[in-house]
Amino acid sequence: MRKFATCLLAMSLLPLAALAGESTAAGPAAGEEQKPAEWDSWHARNSLGDLSSLQRGARNFMNYCNGCHAIKYMRYQRMADDLKIPTSVLEKDLVAPGSQPLDYITTSLPPDDAVNWFGKMPPDLSLITRYKGVDYVYQFLKTFYADPASTTGTNNLALPGAAMPAVLSDLSGVNQAVFKQVKDGSKEFDHFEPLVTGSMTAAEYDQFVRDTVNFLDYVGEPTQLQRQFIGIWVVLFLVLLTWLSLLLKNEYWKDLH
Amino acid sequence: MANDAYPAKPGIWGWINRRLPVDAFMRSQVLEYYAPKNFNFWYFFGSLAMLVLVMQLVTGIFLAMFYKVGENTSFDSVEFIMREVNFGWLLRYLHSTGASAFFLVIYLHMFRGIMYGSYKAPRELLWLFGMIIYLALMAEAFLGYVLPWGNMSFWAATVIINLFGAVPVVGPALVEWIRGDYGIADATLNRFFSLHVVALPLLLLLLVALHLVALHEVGSNNPDGVEIKDKKNAQGIPLDGIPFHPYYTVKDLFGTGVFLTLFSIVVFFTPTFGDLFLEKANFEPADPLSTPDPISPSWYFTPYYAILRSFPDKGAGAVAVLIAVSAFFFLPWLDRSPVKSIRYRGWIYKTFLTLFVLSFLGLMYLGLQPAQGIYVMLSRICCVPYFAFFILMPFYSRWDPVKPVPERVTFHA
Repeated sequence: MRKFATCLLAMSLLPLAALAGESTAAGPAAGEEQKPAEWDSWHARNSLGDLSSLQRGARNFMNYCNGCHAIKYMRYQRMADDLKIPTSVLEKDLVAPGSQPLDYITTSLPPDDAVNWFGKMPPDLSLITRYKGVDYVYQFLKTFYADPASTTGTNNLALPGAAMPAVLSDLSGVNQAVFKQVKDGSKEFDHFEPLVTGSMTAAEYDQFVRDTVNFLDYVGEPTQLQRQFIGIWVVLFLVLLTWLSLLLKNEYWKDLH
Repeated sequence: MANDAYPAKPGIWGWINRRLPVDAFMRSQVLEYYAPKNFNFWYFFGSLAMLVLVMQLVTGIFLAMFYKVGENTSFDSVEFIMREVNFGWLLRYLHSTGASAFFLVIYLHMFRGIMYGSYKAPRELLWLFGMIIYLALMAEAFLGYVLPWGNMSFWAATVIINLFGAVPVVGPALVEWIRGDYGIADATLNRFFSLHVVALPLLLLLLVALHLVALHEVGSNNPDGVEIKDKKNAQGIPLDGIPFHPYYTVKDLFGTGVFLTLFSIVVFFTPTFGDLFLEKANFEPADPLSTPDPISPSWYFTPYYAILRSFPDKGAGAVAVLIAVSAFFFLPWLDRSPVKSIRYRGWIYKTFLTLFVLSFLGLMYLGLQPAQGIYVMLSRICCVPYFAFFILMPFYSRWDPVKPVPERVTFHA
């Protein structure tokens, strides 16, 4: 039984280790090279513990995404409180004209116009990281390429035929996708070749996307950080309680033969 | 209810007890209820199932205060609970993790019953009540799964309810009657809510009460499968029995602590449990025009789902699932072995049981995989030992070379 208790204690420390691991996982691992042909196994490696990344992500979202995409389950004020954004900055730069800090973050894009322009209303992004995963959003934002055959002039590897134009192309530049013929006659993506350079370097754009994904990860479940923080104390308390109950049980049972 | 051994107490407590047998009940059911002293690890899961049931009821009551049933409100209200209700996320994760924990605990509890022959005489009714609880629990879990009105909720409801279409003659009419509409819709969602929060919890509580009354009438089996009531001392107390309180209350307290620790690790650190406890596809609102790929039920249903998909014909598959579930009911009469516990059974029974457990786990895994190629073939292979365990039991349990059963339980202090 003692061995078991030790086991339990060790297990209860696992989440701590996981948390520690999570915070060090920020940014690409040292020496990691992103192979274009393996774009579908790229990882977002975002870190919810990185407050400045979340703040930058919020800024990115408001500047580049919110024009078309809502995060309708999120209030401006909640975002500001969680991400420690000062009220002055929130009201001056982030809250949309005509909205109040306690309002939900909707988009000003009229649905009729959206259908006219893109064929559909751009999806609400509140839960995108929960049902598609952070890696998907990361891959999506990094794999736009020029495609004259498409109505938007661009296409996407993660979401072929995407209705969304490459709205970040002034930052990322525009890439041309090079495909290679595979044996069975179909084409397979090989690598990107830059057509137009953007205002950001590859590393800067990567960080930009990572911050944005990080913010969307937070939006998907705003209580994540609080949950893990509380969880550590709950688990430690339960381990203590379990240990005491084991001592109590042994005390009662020692007279049985 | 006071007798000579326990004179009536004075004061308010005595006044109450002369009108309501509180003390007498506690004595007969807890303080002087004798349980075998050789319970092992496997005997924690009965009390843990009670714990999870209570937890589901309490968290469910609070969730229902904020949940708004309706095809246009359900999904939003769940997100409202997750984001804006104080500790709503905790209520929701306790409830969703609780559903999975319930099945984990119940499966281990059932396996204990099978392994130690606890369904054999005189505990057949106890086993049957337990099995009905299992069925009611499956219904409760399925109904609850539909309520968040995510896309997997919608499509799981579509698939499961369409199974009733396999009933001869009345099938299509039956499906329509269950749905209350021509498709899974608002009417379906509303009646599922009613059944999930009123009808089935009441049924579950009633069944659990019957399960416990039956248990306390016949007494617990134990890992040796020896009847402790056969050997009593001069006072009529079983020699190998110990009072439930304090011995098993403190032991179950420890079990509860271990369980809650592991449970909390899931709730606070990995509530989706890698897509098993909360599926990604269910964070997308119900959409009748977009089918998730692949559609798979929650992990606790996947063994039966894999059996269903092993048959090319829907009707045959549905019948196979019906047999796979109901076969458990017949165990007390299929088992012809003179011994109860696996400790004294021979290699034949042990082989069949091992293959059964492996096939159950195999089917559980296969039910989570897409229904194609090797997975379907493996499911069919797993069906063989699964059904053979039940169908051949009257024969192999009799031929099994059993060992002599001791007079008293084995107990090491």
